[in-house]
Amino acid sequence: MIQALADGILTGAIIALGAIGVTFTLGIMRFANFAHSELLTWGAYIALVVVAFAGPGTPTGPLSFGWQLLAAALVAAVLTGFAAWAVDVLVFRRLRRRGALPLTMVFAAFGAALVMRHLIVLIWGHESRYYTRELQLAVELLPGARMLPDQIFILGLALAAMIVLHAFLAWSRTGIAMRAMAESPALAQVCGVEVDAVVRLTWIISGALAAFAGVFTGLTPQLHPEIGFNLLLSLFAAAILGGTGSLAGAVVGGFLVGLGENLSLLVISPGYKGAMPFLLLLVILIVRPQGIFGDKA
Amino acid sequence: MISYLVFFACIVLILSLLTLGLNLQWGFTGLFNAGVVGFYAIGAYTHAILTASPQPQYLGNFGLPWLVGVLAAMAATALAGWLIGLVTIRLRGDYLAIATFGVAVSIQLVTLNWEPLTGGSQGLTRIGKPFAQLFETPFGFNLWFLGLMIVILGTTYWALDRVLLSPWGRVLKAIREDETAAVALGKSARRFRLEAFVLGSTLMGLAGALYVSFIGFVSPFDFLPIVTFQVWAMLIVGGSGNNRGAVLGALVVWGIWAGSGVAVTKLVPPSRAAQGAAIQVILIGLLLVLVLLFRPRGLIGEAAVVSRHVND
Amino acid sequence: MSHGVAPHLQVTDLVAGYVRGLPVVHGVSIEVDRREIVTLIGPNGAGKSTLLKAIAGLIASEKGRIRLGGRDVTALPAHRVVSSGIGFVPQTGNVFTTLTVHENLKVGAHLVRGSLNERLERAYALFPPLAARRPLRARALSGGERQMLAIARAVMADPTLLMLDEPTAGLAPRVVEEVFRQLRGLAEAGIAVLMVEQNARAALGVSDRGYVLTEGKNRFAGPARALLDDSRVAAAFLGGR
Repeated sequence: MIQALADGILTGAIIALGAIGVTFTLGIMRFANFAHSELLTWGAYIALVVVAFAGPGTPTGPLSFGWQLLAAALVAAVLTGFAAWAVDVLVFRRLRRRGALPLTMVFAAFGAALVMRHLIVLIWGHESRYYTRELQLAVELLPGARMLPDQIFILGLALAAMIVLHAFLAWSRTGIAMRAMAESPALAQVCGVEVDAVVRLTWIISGALAAFAGVFTGLTPQLHPEIGFNLLLSLFAAAILGGTGSLAGAVVGGFLVGLGENLSLLVISPGYKGAMPFLLLLVILIVRPQGIFGDKA
Repeated sequence: MISYLVFFACIVLILSLLTLGLNLQWGFTGLFNAGVVGFYAIGAYTHAILTASPQPQYLGNFGLPWLVGVLAAMAATALAGWLIGLVTIRLRGDYLAIATFGVAVSIQLVTLNWEPLTGGSQGLTRIGKPFAQLFETPFGFNLWFLGLMIVILGTTYWALDRVLLSPWGRVLKAIREDETAAVALGKSARRFRLEAFVLGSTLMGLAGALYVSFIGFVSPFDFLPIVTFQVWAMLIVGGSGNNRGAVLGALVVWGIWAGSGVAVTKLVPPSRAAQGAAIQVILIGLLLVLVLLFRPRGLIGEAAVVSRHVND
Repeated sequence: MSHGVAPHLQVTDLVAGYVRGLPVVHGVSIEVDRREIVTLIGPNGAGKSTLLKAIAGLIASEKGRIRLGGRDVTALPAHRVVSSGIGFVPQTGNVFTTLTVHENLKVGAHLVRGSLNERLERAYALFPPLAARRPLRARALSGGERQMLAIARAVMADPTLLMLDEPTAGLAPRVVEEVFRQLRGLAEAGIAVLMVEQNARAALGVSDRGYVLTEGKNRFAGPARALLDDSRVAAAFLGGR
C-alpha cells in the first residue's frame, strides 16, 4: 500500500510534466495534441545520443549517473523544445493560418505522431536501451516504501521544474501574457501580445518539460520507442482531470493519475493497468467535464 | 501475383467497410471516433470466440456456424457502440476522441489479458470461415471470399446511400452542419448522433468478423492503435463525407502500405525488419499530414460548406 | 476640426468584413482628433463594431486606409496596432476573467518596457475602486468595475486613440454616467476617444462629434449637438422621444 503510494507519486510526477504540455496545447492552441507523447520519446532519445558521446558520468553519491546525464537532459530539453516548435511551424501553424478546425489539427497530430515515433524506430530499432547500467540499492523512505536514489532525485527535479514554471506563469510578464492568451487570444492581441511569440514559447516549454519526463521515464529503468506513446492516455487523463489550461490542474491531475494507476494494482491484475487512466478519464468526463480546476465555460 | 492481388483486394474491401463505418460517424455526423480499432476488435473476437473449433482450455470456442458468428459480431459491436456512445457522445470533439481512444486501448488490454476467452497473446485459431470446406486450395477460397466481399461491400454501400438520402440521413447532415439545428433538436439530436455512432460501429464489427474469418486466426497484435490511424488516413486521404472517397482512400492507403511493405522486404535485410516497418508507418503519417496541408478535402471530398468556417 | 493639420485618426473608404469578399463595412470614412470624443451610432448590423475591429487590426481590411498620427497602420497585425498607439476595449470579454485586476493591468502594458509601478499607480489613482480590488480575479468584479478595468487596461499602454465598443451596455444609469465622466477626463488629457454606443442619446450628450452609419456606409456626420437636434437622426436612430 505505502509502496504503491510511493510509486504512484513518482509516476505521477512524470505524468504531470508531460501533462503540462498537453494542457498548454489544449489551453493555448486549443487542440488535443496526440503527438505530444512523442516529444517525451524524442527527449529521451536525444539525451541518449548525448550520453552516447559524453557517457552517463561516474555515479555521484548514491545516484547511478553523474552530471553528464543531467547535462544531457538539459540539452534534450532545449532541442525537444525547438523540435516541438518546428513541428508547429511545419504543420500546425500552416493549418492554423488557413483557419482549420481544431479537429483537423488533431488529425494532423495523428500523422505527426506516427512519423515522429517511427523515426525513432527507424534510427534506434525496437530494442530497449539504457542510459546507464549501474545498479543501485533502494532506500527505505518509510517502513514499507522503498525508492531508488535515482527516483528520489527525479521526483525532486520534477517538483523543482513545476515550481519554476509556476513562478514564471505567476510573476513574469510573459507568463501573465501566456495566461491571458489562454483565456482570450483576441483580447491578448489587443493588449499587444504577439500570438506567434506566445505560441512559440508554449511549444518550447511544453517540449522541454516533455523531454524531462521522457528522460526520467527512460532512467527508470529503460528506453524504448513506445515510452511516450504508452503514456499518452495518462497525459490526457491528467490534463483533463485537472482542467485544461491549468498548470496546477495538470500537476494535481498527474499525481492523481499516477496514484490511481499504482493503487489500482492492489485490486486489478497488472495487465489492465493501462486501462486505469481511461477509467479515471471517463469518470471525470461524466462527473465534472471541466476538470478539477477548470472553469465552467 | 494473381493470388496476391486477390488477397490484397479482400483486405482492401474489408478496410473499406471499416472506413465506411468511420465515414458515417465522422464524415456524416461529425463524431470523432479515435477508437476504430476497438470496435473492429470486438467484432473480430466475438466472431472468433463463437465460431472457433472447441478446445478444452478456452471458455469460448463454441464452433458455431460462420453466419451466426458474423451476425453476433455485428450485434455485439452495436451493443458496445451504444453503451460507449451513451457515455461519450455528448463530449466535445477532442474529448470524444480521447475517450474513444481509451476505449480501444482498454479493449486491446482485455484481448491480451483475458486468456481463457481470447487466448491472450497467442490469440485464437481455426476460426469459422464461410464454406471453407468447399475449396481445396487457399486460392480458391480467397477467390470465393473476394466475391463474397464484393457482394457485402456493394450491398453496404448501396444501403448507406439509401440511408443517407433518407430523412434520417438528412437530419444527420443538418445536425453536423448547423449547430442551431442541433440545439433546436436538443435531445433528439443526441439520439440521431447515437444512432449513427451505433450504425458505424456495427459496420466496424462486421469488418472485424470478416477479417478474422478471412485470415482464420485472431491475435491482439492485429488490433494495435495504429489500425485506427490507418483508417483515419484512409478516410482523410479519400475525402471524408463521401463514401466513394472512403473506398478510394482504403485502396490508396492500403496500396501504399502493402506496396511499401513489399519494397521494404526486398530492400531491407531481415535483421532490420523493424526499421522497414517503421518506414511504412512514416509514409502513412506523412501522407496524412501532406493531404491535410495540401489537399484538405482529400482526393474526392464533398463540396466545401462555407457555413462551417464563417464563425470560426 | 479643420486645423489645416491631418486629424489624428483618419479612416478613408475602408472596406472590411469577417470573410474576404463578404464585407460588412463598405467604404466608411471617419476622423477623430485628440481631445475629442466621437461616437458612432446606427442600427444593428451597420458595421460599427466591425469598423472598430478593423481599425484595431483584429480583422483585415480589404480596401481603404487607416492612418494614425500621419502613419499608415492599415495592414498592421493587432499587436502592432497597439504599439502604434491604439487602445481597444471590445464589447464583450474585454477583461481577462481568470487574471487578477493587477495582472489585467500588467497585460495592458505588455509592450511597455521597464518598470510598470508608476503606471499601475496612476491607473489606480484614475480608477480608485480598482485599487481595492487589486488581488481579486476579474470575474469577481461587478459590471461597472469590469468596464472600468477594461478601460484602465487599455489606457495602460498610453494610447493616443482609445476605441470602445458599447462601453455602457448593461450598466446601471449611475455607472453609465461615471464611465462617460472618465472618458471625458481621458479626452481632456489629450486622448482621441472613439466609441460605438447603443445608448446613442446619452453618448452623443458627452461627445463632441458623431457619425451615423447604416449598412456599412456613412449616413450622417456632424457635431454631436447637431445630430441630437436633427429630426431625421432623432426619428431613426435615437429611439424617438
